[in-house]
Amino acid sequence: MVDLSINCGGIKSPNPFWLASAPPSNSAYQNCKAFEQGWGGTVWKTIGEPVMNVCNRYGSIDYNGEKIIGLNNIELISDRPIEVNLKEIAETKKLWPDRAVVVSLMVESKREAWHDIVKRTIDTGADGIELNYGCPHGMSERGMGAAVGQVPEYCQMITEWVTEVSTIPVLVKLTPNVTNIRYPARAAKAAKASGLSLINTINSIMGIDLDTMKIQPSVGGLSSHGGFAGPAVKPIALHLLSQVTSDPEINLSISGIGGISTWRDALEFILLGADSVQICTAVMHYGFRIIDDLIEGMTNWMEEKGYTSLNEIKGKAIPQITDFGNFNLLHKTVARIDQSKCIHCNLCYVACDDGAHQCIDLIPVNEHNKTQVREEDCVGCRLCAIVCPVEGCISMVRLDNETTTKTWNELMEDFKRENKPLSWKNLAEFQKEHGIVIH
Amino acid sequence: MINSAPKLSDKKYEENFKELKPAFSKNSAVAEANRCLYCYDSPCKTACPTHIDISVFIKKIATGNLKGSAKTILESNWIALTCAKACPVEELCEGACVYNDKGEKPIEIGRLQRYAIDNYFSSGMPELFKAKEKNGMSIGIIGSGPAGLACGAELALLGYDVQIYEASEVPGGLSTWGIAPYKVRQEDSLKEVELIKSLGVKIKTGIRIGESISIEDILNKHDAIFVGIGLGESSKLNILGENLGGIVGALFFIENVKKEKWNSVDVGKKVAVIGAGNTAIDAATEAKRLGAEKVSIIYRRSEEEMPANDFEFRLAKHDGINFHFLTSPIEFSGNHKVEKIKCIKMQLGEKDKSGRRKPEPIENSEFSIDTDMVIFALGQQSNKDFLNSIPELKISNGRVVVNEKTYQTNNPKVFAGGDCINGGKETVNAAYDGKQAAHGIDEYLNNKK
Repeated sequence: MVDLSINCGGIKSPNPFWLASAPPSNSAYQNCKAFEQGWGGTVWKTIGEPVMNVCNRYGSIDYNGEKIIGLNNIELISDRPIEVNLKEIAETKKLWPDRAVVVSLMVESKREAWHDIVKRTIDTGADGIELNYGCPHGMSERGMGAAVGQVPEYCQMITEWVTEVSTIPVLVKLTPNVTNIRYPARAAKAAKASGLSLINTINSIMGIDLDTMKIQPSVGGLSSHGGFAGPAVKPIALHLLSQVTSDPEINLSISGIGGISTWRDALEFILLGADSVQICTAVMHYGFRIIDDLIEGMTNWMEEKGYTSLNEIKGKAIPQITDFGNFNLLHKTVARIDQSKCIHCNLCYVACDDGAHQCIDLIPVNEHNKTQVREEDCVGCRLCAIVCPVEGCISMVRLDNETTTKTWNELMEDFKRENKPLSWKNLAEFQKEHGIVIH
Repeated sequence: MINSAPKLSDKKYEENFKELKPAFSKNSAVAEANRCLYCYDSPCKTACPTHIDISVFIKKIATGNLKGSAKTILESNWIALTCAKACPVEELCEGACVYNDKGEKPIEIGRLQRYAIDNYFSSGMPELFKAKEKNGMSIGIIGSGPAGLACGAELALLGYDVQIYEASEVPGGLSTWGIAPYKVRQEDSLKEVELIKSLGVKIKTGIRIGESISIEDILNKHDAIFVGIGLGESSKLNILGENLGGIVGALFFIENVKKEKWNSVDVGKKVAVIGAGNTAIDAATEAKRLGAEKVSIIYRRSEEEMPANDFEFRLAKHDGINFHFLTSPIEFSGNHKVEKIKCIKMQLGEKDKSGRRKPEPIENSEFSIDTDMVIFALGQQSNKDFLNSIPELKISNGRVVVNEKTYQTNNPKVFAGGDCINGGKETVNAAYDGKQAAHGIDEYLNNKK
């Protein structure tokens, strides 16, 4: 029996799927509708400072006919009065005691203001608090959101103001718009946060209409950078997640965010150490109903693989992440094309010849060209396998003896020991010794 | 006049003759274009007789570079709209699409080509190619079908003064007169004619060579001649009763349909089409769509040997055409007008010269088919009389013999292409011949200088 329930920094939910603090979690109507359909939790759209929104609010990037591979927005935090939000939060929590109701907060950088809103949030019966230090637009101009998240000292100071009065778990939501996400993460840890949520949206300009020369979103002809989210940001989110979860100094629960659309995406975040996942863009595109496949797909995968709880797989991919210097330089693979599967599109040929290392030949045979790898020249880069449209047609075959290893770091130590400087000549010697030919 | 088929409402006619493959909307064209893998040295390009750089023009549709897409197409093929709509794509480009090997639906190349070319015409045919400076030489082209038009367009860009002579009052050859209206409408062909004219090619219609002007005059007037006259009358069987009323050639019938005045086309109630090539299917299907109650195709070999391709055969079956395979007509009878066809059953014997099993009559197997209209679709005869009037032309099996690269005939000043050299192939083959011949002519005249 598969159990999808999770505990993220003390916040429990029957499954790991939470609505991210965003337009889909704006109201009791929406959050209750999502819970009815099976969502495990919600991070209520940020409440706090008085704001007003504008129209329009979104820009989208479509690719090759695929709509919304990325979405950006300039919508601010909730523009509904704080009293209305707090009342609805309390009502929602009462109706859905088994779901996680987390409230996202953002107020001006004053200790009293934070103390006040934290206490009022706790009074609603909410399960946790998320500190919005990530909002990259509008609020940051007013000294909030990303303006806090980008300065580890502010991050720590404000988080302390919250944790010193909070009786419920506190998650700090991190902005990706920094050079090293570990610093704000460590600051949150130092301030006794229960966990981290990441990533918030990325600063972006989505594009320009070539007929009107307008940038979307366009507010009466003016635009601004907005927060970029959706499937296109997933690789960036996964990287930043790995930065945080592979840092032994941090060791906090994580709510993963950034381009999660399917149960597959969600599992990838969990494999890199997330406890819960938050979803926004996919819901904005298709609605709450995607929860059906999220839960069912994840459950089926767990059953097929023989797992019963998410804890068994949490962080399982993290140990692979290392530095370049630890890679085995003697690991040798080459591409092999399964001619019986080849459909003769020749994309591997042109990719290799123009974009890689010129080691695929195009040999005319009957009415087709035959693509053939010159294995002695193949550098094993895998570009051909990536461009090949046929699954399993090009595979990477391992050719080294699998026992001898030498990393760059080890090689540099060897050089040091042997008093050899790092030079092209000395590298060539090492390559010759191991039969490595550079073309 | 036969004209015994019941008349239909205008709406019904339009429905019956509406395009089989409708135009793409912008969204569906872009979606389909995005599905293209953008193969390198793609099999579809190789399969296209004119070698259009298909994946390149498709990607240009995907990026919204429709003018560039049309240019890529027209660089290889001047008869791009007719080909987009009438090519047997299942056997050519789409049949070669790598998606077939992947077990997926091939890219709809024909419809995408049409999308790009439709856009080119509707955007007012902006100039795509710069013609070379006029070289003072003049070429005469006989026939304004796809071969002649393609040859003329290419020569005009090479700097020649081009004069096309067309016997019909309306130019375009078989593109205008010979393709079923649910594939290509006359206006499509005439757009192509306009494009070629916009390049400076002059077309004189209603000119029968040997009548209003002699072949000698034309040979004297021009530096070289291109012959793209296609074929002549529909072939017949030489059996009894062939000259009865109600018996027509497929081309004659289809030409009438192409006038698009549906209710005045002469069509019978019970139509028999003799032959089973693509033209036979066109004639049968058109007769049915015009209101004929029963349409039969009579073919002396079996389904397996039938020259019509799968797409056509499916279309005929969809339209409820009866097929009498292994059946040969031996006599037509009737009182002035055909009323009965006496047929005999056939069986297949040994292979003949064409490599197909030879049909042989089965004794005592005669039977009759009631009919009031017979359409011969047994291919066309060559235009012997005219070809013989051109000095030094070498002809074999009714086909003009040409050098396969330069398209030069035995008369160095005369070049030829299209159906008159191949005995009747696709539009796309004629388009290729005409273009290649233009370069053959250019090379010949340059060497002569």
